[in-house]
Amino acid sequence: MLHEHQNLVDEQDTPAEAARRSRYGLWLFALYLLLYAGFMGLTAFAPGVVAQTPFAGVNIAVLYGLVLIGMALLLALVYAWLCRPRQV
Amino acid sequence: MSLTIPIFLLFVLFTLGLSFYLGNRAKSAAGYFAAGGQIHWFVNGIAFAGDYLSAASFLGICGLIAFYGYDGFLYSIGYLAGWVVALFVIAEPLKRMGKYTFADALDSRFQSRGIKLSVAISTLVVSVFYLIPQMVGAGTLIKPLLGYPHYVGVIMVGTVVILIVATAGMVSTTYVQFMKGSLLVLFSTILVGMILFRGLEVKKPRGEAGESVYNLFKIKLPQKFDIHSEKPIETLEEWFEQGMKHDILPAEGAWKGKPYLRTKDRETGKVDIYRVVKDGSVTKAWELANTQTAIELKSGEKKVELTHRPLTLKHEFLPVGHLLTLGSGATRTGPVGPLKYLEELGKGTILVWGSELIVDGNTKYTIYYPTVKSGADMLLPGNYFKVRTGKFFDKIDFLSLMLALFCGTASLPHILIRYYTVKDQAAARLSTIVGIASIGFFYILTLYIGLGAMISGALDVTNSNMAAPLLAKSFSEWLFACISAIAFTTVLGTVSGLIVAASGAIVHDLLSGVCAIQMTDHIKIRVAKMASVIVGIIAIVLGILFEKMNVAVLVGWAFSIAASANLPALIMLLFWKGTTKHGITAAVTFGMLTSLTWVLLSADAYKNVYGLNPANALVPFSQPGIITIPLSFAVLVVVSLMTKSRSVPQSMHQN
Repeated sequence: MLHEHQNLVDEQDTPAEAARRSRYGLWLFALYLLLYAGFMGLTAFAPGVVAQTPFAGVNIAVLYGLVLIGMALLLALVYAWLCRPRQV
Repeated sequence: MSLTIPIFLLFVLFTLGLSFYLGNRAKSAAGYFAAGGQIHWFVNGIAFAGDYLSAASFLGICGLIAFYGYDGFLYSIGYLAGWVVALFVIAEPLKRMGKYTFADALDSRFQSRGIKLSVAISTLVVSVFYLIPQMVGAGTLIKPLLGYPHYVGVIMVGTVVILIVATAGMVSTTYVQFMKGSLLVLFSTILVGMILFRGLEVKKPRGEAGESVYNLFKIKLPQKFDIHSEKPIETLEEWFEQGMKHDILPAEGAWKGKPYLRTKDRETGKVDIYRVVKDGSVTKAWELANTQTAIELKSGEKKVELTHRPLTLKHEFLPVGHLLTLGSGATRTGPVGPLKYLEELGKGTILVWGSELIVDGNTKYTIYYPTVKSGADMLLPGNYFKVRTGKFFDKIDFLSLMLALFCGTASLPHILIRYYTVKDQAAARLSTIVGIASIGFFYILTLYIGLGAMISGALDVTNSNMAAPLLAKSFSEWLFACISAIAFTTVLGTVSGLIVAASGAIVHDLLSGVCAIQMTDHIKIRVAKMASVIVGIIAIVLGILFEKMNVAVLVGWAFSIAASANLPALIMLLFWKGTTKHGITAAVTFGMLTSLTWVLLSADAYKNVYGLNPANALVPFSQPGIITIPLSFAVLVVVSLMTKSRSVPQSMHQN
């Protein structure tokens, strides 16, 4: 059958390791979700706030957007670091 | 012959050649559908970006930003945020369970034909909805590049892609996506460099066109017609009568209550349409703007009419997008840094164009009208999604889109399939990070490309999708050729990836899964290729029908459908033990049908697809996600609880 060669997994892929990675993933996800929800809330319900220009003459809407893009990468790197292969 | 066409052809032929070459290496079914699981993680990561940065990102987002400012950037933010869900929540468990397609992953726990059927159909629907904007984008590109009408472009890209997919498979699409992803980011960076180097430049429309078509003017009554007149002009009727021998037409039928003023020339009978920027019925001070209007008669005859069109101008639309003033009063800034660019733009004023469809009897008028906006306004949300008006449904529409974008990425069939092309979870993780880095960087570039196009004076008022290529053209022909060629290969690559996913769904899930037809590997590939041709033809037809839609908005719909149909099933399968096969089947079917019906009944579809009055749309806002995603979750839970005793789940971790 087609499926048989596909179940290639990490060397350290024990259930405990998988559970640990899954936990990291969910915590980081929760953190990003908060940031994203904050952005949605501010944009929809506080247009006055996002219009302020606290830094370099650029408004909060643009800055928050750039932060969301930057944070996605930062959290992804943190995740990769947390999930790095470890000696058992 | 200009430089454009050779450069363009070179790109496309190179892509095709590579695809043919690599195609010879994919002999087995595993090679065809999942590149044999042996693609290097870095190549796969850039290919992620290549897959993801489709026509929607490049053409659509830049176009939305060019026309609506910040609101286009919301798509960038949402598209990228979706990767967080994919990486942190879905990627690893899925890879652990996975086979080839998304349906396999869902099915690996239950072995249910019902799941296979519903997921295969949802994969097909999402793929087709994602294919439409790619096709629309292709048609859009061909028009200014080679001079063919929209439908020729759609047919061309369809044919080329069918060739690619029918000859190759996942290996070649991966390398095509890798190449295209790298080139797209590289050339976009060059383009942004040129935008920043050029800086901001006040560009008032000049000459005859500037006098007439871009004219916004004020009328203050009463006023004297000239020094000889004894009686001052008291009414707007008199003003038009004396000045131009025009009669004001009554605002009847579809024009009633609309901010337009129509006048008719007594001699020629030509009708001019003005946008009423400020109504002066009470104050006696009017502000009117000339418009550009596409008129479609019942016979299908189409005409372009400009208010006060001078005889020297043809019946053609004039390019738009002008920076009227800079904060400092200067006419140009010279080279600026990225943050300074935003700051200076925020202090300027910009002439932006909106559009409105008016159906008057048997005649359709699409009116394009100018508005003066402050740069600060354009850098804030609210010009596309009316989040500032305070209307409840407008805010919901916005929140709904952001939710769908957030949830949609992980639910897209052609993104998920890429998790199977690398060898293990660590490689899938690294791929995703490379993907996020390049996609995130690209999305920051889209902000500058969009804003640069907004003030380039080169925009096509009828088609937001052309903003980025036209901006490139305002710099140089060769850049235009390169950018268009990359955008075209982008379309080619994305479409082939999607068609592989769709044909995988047909062959693997529908035929061998649901119908239990036994096939050898060889036959499977052959049937998959036949399926590709059929899906390709469907996409061509739909691509022609949806010409007018902004491609990022169309992709937003695909995200909504994907998120509603697939995400609840995926999440609950991974994180809730009580999930049953009936629950999954019901949730996928329900989520797909409700979100699909919703978008087809929305105001956006009414205006841009059917050409009907958007006010008659049956649903209160266009984006279904905020309703259909939670409902799909609810359906899954309820059906699972009802059917709990009937199904005995096997262990989730098969290995």
